[in-house]
Amino acid sequence: MRTALDRLTSRSRSAKPAPRAALDASHGVILYLEDITVSFDGFRALNALTLYVEVGELRCIIGPNGAGKTTMMDVITGKTRPDTGSAWFGQTVDLLALSEPQIAQSGIGRKFQKPTVFENHSVFENLELAMAGPKTVWKWLAAQTTAEQVDHIDRVLQTIGLTERRLDIAGALSHGQKQWLEIGMLLMQDPQLLLVDEPVAGMTPQEVERTAELLVSLAGKHSVIVVEHDMEFVRSIARTVTVLHEGSVLAQGSIDEVQADARVQQVYLGE
Amino acid sequence: MTKSSAQYGSRLTAALQADRGGRLFLGTLIVVSAIVPLLNLLPSPASALHLSNYTVTLIGKYMTYAMLAIAVDLIWGYCGILSLGHGAFFALGGYAMGMYLMRQIGTRGVYGNPILPDFMVFLNWKELPWFWEGFNAFPYALLMIVLVPGMLALVFGFLAFRSRVSGVYLSIITQALTYALMLAFFRNDMGFGGNNGFTDFKDILGFSLQSSATRITLFLVTALSLGACYVLCRLIIASRAGRVIQAIRDAENRARFIGYRVESYKLWLFVLSAVLSGIAGALYVPQVGIINPSEFSPANSIEIVIWVAIGGRGTLYGAVVGAFLVNYAKTYFTDALPSMWLYALGTLFVVVTLFLPRGVVGAISGREFFRRRALRT
Repeated sequence: MRTALDRLTSRSRSAKPAPRAALDASHGVILYLEDITVSFDGFRALNALTLYVEVGELRCIIGPNGAGKTTMMDVITGKTRPDTGSAWFGQTVDLLALSEPQIAQSGIGRKFQKPTVFENHSVFENLELAMAGPKTVWKWLAAQTTAEQVDHIDRVLQTIGLTERRLDIAGALSHGQKQWLEIGMLLMQDPQLLLVDEPVAGMTPQEVERTAELLVSLAGKHSVIVVEHDMEFVRSIARTVTVLHEGSVLAQGSIDEVQADARVQQVYLGE
Repeated sequence: MTKSSAQYGSRLTAALQADRGGRLFLGTLIVVSAIVPLLNLLPSPASALHLSNYTVTLIGKYMTYAMLAIAVDLIWGYCGILSLGHGAFFALGGYAMGMYLMRQIGTRGVYGNPILPDFMVFLNWKELPWFWEGFNAFPYALLMIVLVPGMLALVFGFLAFRSRVSGVYLSIITQALTYALMLAFFRNDMGFGGNNGFTDFKDILGFSLQSSATRITLFLVTALSLGACYVLCRLIIASRAGRVIQAIRDAENRARFIGYRVESYKLWLFVLSAVLSGIAGALYVPQVGIINPSEFSPANSIEIVIWVAIGGRGTLYGAVVGAFLVNYAKTYFTDALPSMWLYALGTLFVVVTLFLPRGVVGAISGREFFRRRALRT
């Protein structure tokens, strides 16, 4: 009955969640996007986009408004289904066959552009709810937080620098702190891949600096994709930058290479 | 077993420790369920202390409304699902109980038919429709009281939540649901007594519904159910699943992207809420003595939401306060100034929405009613 109920309410095409341990990135690539096209009423938000991300990499994606950055995130996390193309997480997980919660549970965490935390819950509870595990109603009704889980939450609190705000209501945090809390919520799930949408929009210079340190420290243990407009910030964290334009990759390379590229200058300066 | 019951006991203690309003409500409930029967049975009917059967039944009726209000607050206050059709689940539970009570009448009906209820004889029906089979047995009726509202909520909720219908659209289709049921139950050929519904009940489990002892027993069973319903909902809200439910209310997409099947949680809660409403309806019918299709009317369902809003949404006990306040006012106004009742209700709603956004209990306590304090360290 329970699993039948879960299955009924899931929109997925495959019944079982992707097994967590099975992520196979043995070829050194964690994310494969190939020939992805998404159209909305004739407008091609993504146009045969092909992109690979390596294990442990910190990748920055830049591009003018409407270049398809957010749509790309939507495809990876299952919010939008592409018209054509394929998206694989490691060698074995077909992202196009999974629902949003299944993708989240298979190890991809997404931070929204606007900081989205559970404002009426405490910082601790926000992280607790984000813990990895079987998140069904029946299990969670009886769930007790173990000492081990509390340790995990405390470690993440340390990483995101919110240890002192532990019991505060998340709605009372500053904008920057909410962004970090949201990143912390992703970390609670031990994701292999983190998608971070405009993390420093609206932050003070100190907060920007702190965020840069945080993201750099996460790379290596996790693969991180950052979508960002702020070129100074990109320069401070990125090793590889991908420029999107009109739904496909325009250029890729180090920040200096990309900024020297004539086509990129044209797109950005609109000449 | 003992270990887990001890665990639940300690959880209950913890949940109630953080719930001052709930302790106050449960305490009041215990006092009322002790005093009301005593004042009904002990003093002589002439005494000023005597509580009439009418009053006992009236309080019992309010308590079934309070249960219904808790069920609505559970989904609306904690999960943001605004159902404007919960009267339908209440009425279905009531009809299931009514079918049992109708079959208990037997040969004491006007036509004296041992099997068929009066309205079927009147319609010239020769045999009992298939869906009336089994309702002469009380356990079967109990099962149906839970199953019929539960299954309807399961199918309806499954379709609605899977298609991600939410907000105003969900509210509108719940209205349509209860309206459609009202029209269906008005039809004579549905086999539920048409616009007259069921009435003239004689007894329940062999005890006369007119006797004081039966009325007091029904009153106590209702009080017990109300208390149990409150405690159950409080335990759910205080559990980790309860925190997920509130997280879904506050940021549904965030919950989805950290791996929760939002639809499962909503569906589960919706079904539970419908079942609680059905039980409330089943307790309502033997006390009030009638059930008819007007219980399905959309206005009824909207009124339930008003009780919750006036009492204070997202607190559970606020729903109880709202149900009692509004229904007491209704009883008073429909007696003293019948034409004024709807104006009074409308005014009350507007005033509360404008000046007491967190309802009566929110205004009394002043602050922090929407938030459960994080007590763990």
